[in-house]
Amino acid sequence: MSEFFEQTIQPHFNFWIYVILMMLGLWAVIAKKNMIKKLIGLSIFQTAIILFYVSIGVKEDATIPILDHHGPEHHEVVHENGEHIEDAETSAHPEEVHEKKGDHSHGDDHGHDDHATDPDTMANPLPHVLMLTAIVVGVATLGVALAICQMLFKEFGTLEEDEILAELKDSASDD
Amino acid sequence: MIFSFDIIILIFLVIAAVISLSVKDLLSASMIFGIYGFLICLLWAEMGAVDVAFTEAAVGAGVSAVLLIATVFNTKRRSSD
Amino acid sequence: MLTKVIAFIAVAITGSLLLYGVADFPSFGDPNSPANAGVEGGAPSISQYFITESYKDTKVPNLVTSVLADYRGYDTMFETVVVFAGGMAIFAILRVLRSKEEPPKPQSRAETFVHGDHNRIIVGTTCKLVIPVIQLFALYVIAHGHHSPGGGFQGGVLIGASFILLALAADLKTALSRLNEPNYIRLACIGILIYAGFGVLCQILGGNFLDYGVLQPVLFTDGPEMARSHSMLGVEIGVALTVSTIMFAIYANLASRGTLNEGL
Repeated sequence: MSEFFEQTIQPHFNFWIYVILMMLGLWAVIAKKNMIKKLIGLSIFQTAIILFYVSIGVKEDATIPILDHHGPEHHEVVHENGEHIEDAETSAHPEEVHEKKGDHSHGDDHGHDDHATDPDTMANPLPHVLMLTAIVVGVATLGVALAICQMLFKEFGTLEEDEILAELKDSASDD
Repeated sequence: MIFSFDIIILIFLVIAAVISLSVKDLLSASMIFGIYGFLICLLWAEMGAVDVAFTEAAVGAGVSAVLLIATVFNTKRRSSD
Repeated sequence: MLTKVIAFIAVAITGSLLLYGVADFPSFGDPNSPANAGVEGGAPSISQYFITESYKDTKVPNLVTSVLADYRGYDTMFETVVVFAGGMAIFAILRVLRSKEEPPKPQSRAETFVHGDHNRIIVGTTCKLVIPVIQLFALYVIAHGHHSPGGGFQGGVLIGASFILLALAADLKTALSRLNEPNYIRLACIGILIYAGFGVLCQILGGNFLDYGVLQPVLFTDGPEMARSHSMLGVEIGVALTVSTIMFAIYANLASRGTLNEGL
């Protein structure tokens, strides 16, 4: 049972839910008649896409993408040994480190350079950045949509799609 | 990432989305959408996206629910579906 | 009814196609997936560069902040402009209505919402105590976004939410007397101008647009990395100004149908 769980459900469960939520949102946008319901559906669609992006960036047993910023300094104090640090630097990133030192040589930089982070220990920060701005822009666009809803209500006295369409048809046949 | 939390939150997420789309009272729908935003904020925190979780907690669970309620207050509370 | 059947068929087909595609995805939490580690045999993923090198480039421990405000500075700047444009669009859409005849009241207040004065004291006192704490925390979030989760967007939304809370607890007039309409539009413009101003300042000093490293002589920092770190704080403040005022503007216009004289 647990083998089945680990091999079949765990690898793709997030992606199944993303598809289900996205289809719920799409269904609401097509089938619901009330404008507010359509907007809630659109917001669910949006969060489904954000769920997809964030799920891609997850790594097993990885921590949050924030470095321990007191770590490097502490490290430097403990291993204040020129030879040792130089070795660690060259073995970790030979080209980059030397390029960096040639560009701007500052005394207090050298301690950080030997503290190379293993990329597998941290969640992928790039999807987080992309989605963080998308959420804030999403609330601004939701506000615009709600303003249009208020204007529709003022114009037609209702937010139901079919009633608005019927009224539009009436006014067209009057002209 | 703790997968058992992940599975529980995702199931609650689908339930909240279905309820929020199926209730006829738009005020309840907005409130349940706020709950949906809070659940998805928990999900981001669980997946290690702390900055996204922080933004979602302020925006999804707070501001967007308030904006929906403000519009429902100024229009109709009942919906046909 | 027909719409629902057609919608269900369309959604079922799309959903099953997507589910079929999901089967070929790399498994959830795989550190060697193409998005996390790059294509096999090709160049390593850009996110690996961010994790290993961004601290050396910018001296900012929070990788999300450094990527957001430095490597992807253009993106963030225009996202802020989109938020600003959204606020202005709401202003434009709803403000046209005021010149027409007075719109009919949708329903009487008592009918729609239970609205009494008996709980005003509890709500008012609680908000009086909580709002300063929220604003102080928002300032901390903006200023400490380099070392902990947070930054301009989060802090800005928190400040905006504190004003929305004031408008909900008292009324819209009280909140607008703290931050009135000309001022919030001004502050939103100033926020974007701060962000763009950092970019132009970099150009004046001989660098590229939003290449903060050249600001070192202006900011009196030791090394271009610290100049990048400090400039990030500057642009985060710009983002926070715009986002906070626009959040409040969106609420104020939506809650009062653009008239700004009555609230929720």
